[in-house]
Amino acid sequence: MFSTQTANLAFSALADPTRRAILHRLARGEATVLELAKPFRMSQPAISQHLKVLERAGLITRRVDGARRPCRLAPAGIDSVDRWLRVLRRALSRNYERLDELLAKTAAIRNQEES
Amino acid sequence: MTNKLSLRVEGERHVIVTRYFRAPPEAVFRAHTDPALVQQWMLGPEGWTMPVCICEARPGGKIRYEWSNGKGGGFHLTGEFVDLVAPSKIVHVERMHLPEPTPDNHIETRFERDGAGTLMTMRMTLPDAETRKRMLATGMEHGMEASYVRLDRLAVPGTARR
Repeated sequence: MFSTQTANLAFSALADPTRRAILHRLARGEATVLELAKPFRMSQPAISQHLKVLERAGLITRRVDGARRPCRLAPAGIDSVDRWLRVLRRALSRNYERLDELLAKTAAIRNQEES
Repeated sequence: MTNKLSLRVEGERHVIVTRYFRAPPEAVFRAHTDPALVQQWMLGPEGWTMPVCICEARPGGKIRYEWSNGKGGGFHLTGEFVDLVAPSKIVHVERMHLPEPTPDNHIETRFERDGAGTLMTMRMTLPDAETRKRMLATGMEHGMEASYVRLDRLAVPGTARR
């Protein structure tokens, strides 16, 4: 289960655009610090700092592979962060589908009145 | 242009929602400010209704939406309008009562003409980073079914029944 503290860490971690971009990149697969540093035009220590925050928040994991320490998304962490937005999205989506129907109906009535 | 909903967090205090509607801004604005219309669509999941809808669309005007699941479960939201520019902008403040009031959510909704339709952008601002975190964290702890889906359980006797 998922604690409030983890959620706080995760949302703090996600508040930063570079960290969101790193997660976006990791969604395509594992990458090392060096590989991550290149497209972001940032120093390796700066990227390492971001990775530390993401790791502490449970959003990524790192494994040891010889001298390399590749990072990957931690599915459970991402999933729980996403849950709130997903439920809100579902509720809003249903509202707006209803609004679509209402707008179509009122447009039809207006057209009828005009013709 | 698809009418798919987009929802994301921005910075420390914001939640941004965008949605396209196949209707002109005048119609979409009206659907957000005429209580008889609001009552027909702002209902959350299936099975819920809004028996009380107060929506005084003028600066300082009151907002009060009460939802019911028809089985004694319910909750309500209160708020105030801050500014309205028909048909392009609504600024209002709202809070949920679960039954404790949640911190004020300051919401600016814009309706932009886009071809024959309207692009709506809703920008929610929470008082501070801590509040948004708490709001999101609390929501997740309860599975966020908190505010919409599992309201039956949250609805405390006395607030739900009136």
